[in-house]
Amino acid sequence: MMPPDTESKDPTAVSLPDPAEQGSATQEEAPDISALGEPKPKEAGHNVVLEGLNAYYGKMHVIKDVSLTFPTGQVTAIIGPSGSGKSTVIRCINRMHEEIPGARAEGSVKLDDLNVYAPEVDITSVRRLIGMVFQKPNPFPTMSIFDNVAAGMRLTGVRGENMRERVHKSLRAVGLWGEVKNRLDRPGIGLSGGQQQRLCIARTIAVEPEVILMDEPCSALDPIATLKVEELIDELKERYTIVIVTHNMQQAARVADSTVFMLDGEVIEHAPTSELFTTPKDERTERYVTGKFG
Amino acid sequence: MTELTRISAGRRRKDKFMRGLLAAATGVALLPLVLIIYYLVYKGIGQWSGQFFTTDPNGNFLGYPGGVRSAILGTLEVVALATLIAVPLGITVALYLVEYGKKSLFANVVRYFVDVMTGVPSIVFGLFIYIVLVVAHVGGNFTAWKGSVALSLLMFPIVARSAEVVLNLVPSSLREAALALGAPRWRVVTRIVIPTAAPGLLTGSLLAIARSAGETAPLIFTLGTANGLTFGLSQQMNTLPTQIFSDITSPRNAIVARAWGAALTLVAMILILNLIARAAQRRSRLA
Repeated sequence: MMPPDTESKDPTAVSLPDPAEQGSATQEEAPDISALGEPKPKEAGHNVVLEGLNAYYGKMHVIKDVSLTFPTGQVTAIIGPSGSGKSTVIRCINRMHEEIPGARAEGSVKLDDLNVYAPEVDITSVRRLIGMVFQKPNPFPTMSIFDNVAAGMRLTGVRGENMRERVHKSLRAVGLWGEVKNRLDRPGIGLSGGQQQRLCIARTIAVEPEVILMDEPCSALDPIATLKVEELIDELKERYTIVIVTHNMQQAARVADSTVFMLDGEVIEHAPTSELFTTPKDERTERYVTGKFG
Repeated sequence: MTELTRISAGRRRKDKFMRGLLAAATGVALLPLVLIIYYLVYKGIGQWSGQFFTTDPNGNFLGYPGGVRSAILGTLEVVALATLIAVPLGITVALYLVEYGKKSLFANVVRYFVDVMTGVPSIVFGLFIYIVLVVAHVGGNFTAWKGSVALSLLMFPIVARSAEVVLNLVPSSLREAALALGAPRWRVVTRIVIPTAAPGLLTGSLLAIARSAGETAPLIFTLGTANGLTFGLSQQMNTLPTQIFSDITSPRNAIVARAWGAALTLVAMILILNLIARAAQRRSRLA
């Protein structure tokens, strides 16, 4: 078991930000989301629905009959101690789980009516619709900043005259444009950790997915870079269904509309974030969010 | 609380003695190397001249016996063909092992045989090609391309082994990032894995080339002996190792001296290849 998150020992520390206040605070340097075009109407988004999901590493049963709904236009956080299966759950959504030798998953993951585990489904199309941001920033070391953002399009065989335009839009959307516009041809790994992670998010949204999965995207970042990524998540949720795995309960409280608590591969509780942190229904959730274990 | 302790004179002496021993052992190990280089330069450098590099062995009993032009060009040609065969094959096998075969039974069997091949003495490759290609008269008797095939057998396991190590150094997080973007596996390999590993793949290949360029045994059975300049791969061909091999046993002092000059030339060529390999290594983005 991981040592408890020291900051979360005090339950009063988990205070939800006032949405209005946060909105005004980020107004000045808000990433230019409109650059990606008009936000889609909510109905056009995609809900992600997990039904009876089981996942295994070899004989180890790590996800036990998980059913969850991640609604569109919202950020859902998954919290839980190390080894509780948080990352595995989201890796099952874009079928990255099965890339690990010996790993397999059963059950259904639906993007609206489309079952991503249906036998006729092309895995690459699933991953194009469901983007993923990893724990450690992982820009491609051989590529420039521009090429890193364009990589998703090039790797999926998208050709187009508007490549440059889409790269610029994606960089604006993650608030990186001002910092890198004069050195787009410099290597992506020359950026700072926080910039690299936003570069990776730009790379993810450049292929225009419907869903973005984030696997502890801030755990390798300093507090300022974390704040920027969190603001970005708040902006992006207008257009995407976002699922974020986090170790940091304050982060869940800051960015998520609803929060899932997982323990030993099972979902213990899924509730609106404020409810889960203030009036948890399950005793185990309460003990975890108040820092009694974890 | 422990006290600060003083190092005794005995321990200091022991330390000095052991350090001296290690330095002495290093010196002993370096001695043969230094002597080889010294003799090569001492005996060979006097042979180097414009004439040496621009004439072929002429077989005349009197006068200048000829230089090493045909041997240098022959070595370049034979090694180039061997590289064309062994490097793509070796890298392909390594890609299969790292990206597709992984820990499967078949991949492990392949890995084992590649390891065994690394340890096969070079003369065995020469004999093998001698039996299956020369004695069987496949496309003529002794020909240059058969020498290349024998050398490529020697190079292949070195390339495959080093390429596997380098490809394994490519962080799996990069593969995951590319796969998660929706890239098909072949594009992940061609656009991400190979470019990231390229400097290391180049280094491994150059070291394999350097290793095989100096091999004599696989060549003496396969490409025959020629003195003059030949370019056709289906002809017999002169190379530096085989020329050194035949020159050094000659009764004529001038021809024995030419062997030294040729040996120095060969070592210089291999040294240059090694330097290029090291430069490529430094450019590598992997550990």
